[in-house]
Amino acid sequence: MICSTVLVPSGVLGLGFDLKALENGLKRKPNIISIDGGSTDSGPHSLGSNTSKYSRAAIKSEWKILMQAREASNIPLLIGSCGTCGTDSMVDWMEEITIELAKELKQSIKIAKLYCEQDKNFIKMSFKNHKVLPLEPSLKLDIDIIQDMKHIVALAGAEQIQECIKTGADIILAGRATDTALISALPLMNGADPGGSWHGAKIAECGALCSNNPTSGVVLVEFDQTGFTVEAMSDKALCTIETVAAHMLYENADPFILFEPGGYMDVTNASYTIQEKGKVRVEGANWIKSDRYNVKLEGAKIVGYQSTLLVLLRDRHYVENSKTWIRNLSNFLESQIQEKMALDSSSYSLEFRLIGVNAVLGELETSSGNPVEVGVLCIVTSKTDTISTEIAKLINPFLLHYPLTDNEELPTFAFPYSPVHSDRGCVYEFALNHTLELNNPMEVFRIKISEV
Amino acid sequence: MSKLAENVSRIRSKNAGPFWITIDIFCGSTEVYKDVCKRLNNSEVADLLKIQGQDLKRFDIEKLNVIKFSFPRKIPQGDILDRDMHGAQMAVLLSEMNL
Repeated sequence: MICSTVLVPSGVLGLGFDLKALENGLKRKPNIISIDGGSTDSGPHSLGSNTSKYSRAAIKSEWKILMQAREASNIPLLIGSCGTCGTDSMVDWMEEITIELAKELKQSIKIAKLYCEQDKNFIKMSFKNHKVLPLEPSLKLDIDIIQDMKHIVALAGAEQIQECIKTGADIILAGRATDTALISALPLMNGADPGGSWHGAKIAECGALCSNNPTSGVVLVEFDQTGFTVEAMSDKALCTIETVAAHMLYENADPFILFEPGGYMDVTNASYTIQEKGKVRVEGANWIKSDRYNVKLEGAKIVGYQSTLLVLLRDRHYVENSKTWIRNLSNFLESQIQEKMALDSSSYSLEFRLIGVNAVLGELETSSGNPVEVGVLCIVTSKTDTISTEIAKLINPFLLHYPLTDNEELPTFAFPYSPVHSDRGCVYEFALNHTLELNNPMEVFRIKISEV
Repeated sequence: MSKLAENVSRIRSKNAGPFWITIDIFCGSTEVYKDVCKRLNNSEVADLLKIQGQDLKRFDIEKLNVIKFSFPRKIPQGDILDRDMHGAQMAVLLSEMNL
């Protein structure tokens, strides 16, 4: 007997989905629409700066379609990791969009918001009490580093999402949560097999990425007491044993184990069969409950302020000798910065990447070619935006004219735009790879209800 | 001698969170899987990635005809020295390695 049917419109809100596939999915009478709204996958900037990676316009236009689908089907609509990073103000940002749309669509709705952001003082105290535990690879952590964090979030699991569902809200806007918890929460609540609930959630977390047509977005998962079945909702997409099983490997360091708040799932003994064309049946995953309830933490702190410059080399003499040119130029600039700005090389970072040579792989590059042109990307990072801009401006004329040897004509390379330097502002880094041990799942999470 | 990519059906890499990279080699058939499993040497892969051998985790997944490597990023995702935010180009190194 099916315990819960979950419709997943896409791997993330903002990436788009096939409307016909969504319509097909709704006809199957799902119990909930669940979609992810974020990830760490685009880097630390979103969490550091408290902003969404996707445009508000893209989010609003897709959310409108899902809000209409929810109203027509009279089922809850759930999004997690609002605004990419899932901070409290990104949950509020998503609520603002939701209220705007409710007014435009003349909908009356109850909204549950799950807040996942963490107070620094609480994290410091937990750290002192040995409740903040390192994951592999371990990162250095102390009270000062915690103090330096711009934002810290804890990843909600199924328990916190279930608390939101129990409020009877029409729309649930969750802060940072594991991708899987958004899908597993309802089936787990309704008595589906725990191993199957988590496994099905992992398979469907990126939408139709578990099918042969990833961009179609929409998948439907039916959960029951022994496992789950998954199928893509687009007429042009098919789930096969290979596409489904392969998704367990995706973005997962261990292909069999996945840690979640409160335990882990093990798919070593999972079996995959084709139930009918495009419909894959999966059974055999295990859920191993842990003695303690730990949630993962994410934090971002400022590393500095950045300015970049780009110059293009087309002259064959320079293209062929770009590595030597950069080495000489780099040494020369270091002395110029020391002389004119009285800055020693430890107080800033100046890096050159040769586009066309090894910009992607750096020292790992094993291939070499014969490029027509080489782009030189120059990245300046320092403690303040003023210093980085000053260094960029100091570099500018030399990047344009620096000769390979003393006795050759002064070269002039190609600057692709004016001004040459781009101020990138504040740059952040991920500063936590830790879990937080809780006394109970709701200890550091808060739910607020609003109606519109 | 041939390149690894010429032997298998697909090689992909991706972040597994900000601190790990994982590489999946889809062999496409049991025959290729068995052959590649034997010939693909862990220390050569670790050398290629310039990491310590003990940091390289390998999973031979017979059921899927997949060989998977996971390793901690030397430079975390988004660090100022990171060159590839998603780690998806790392697969090219393995694609182009001689088998």
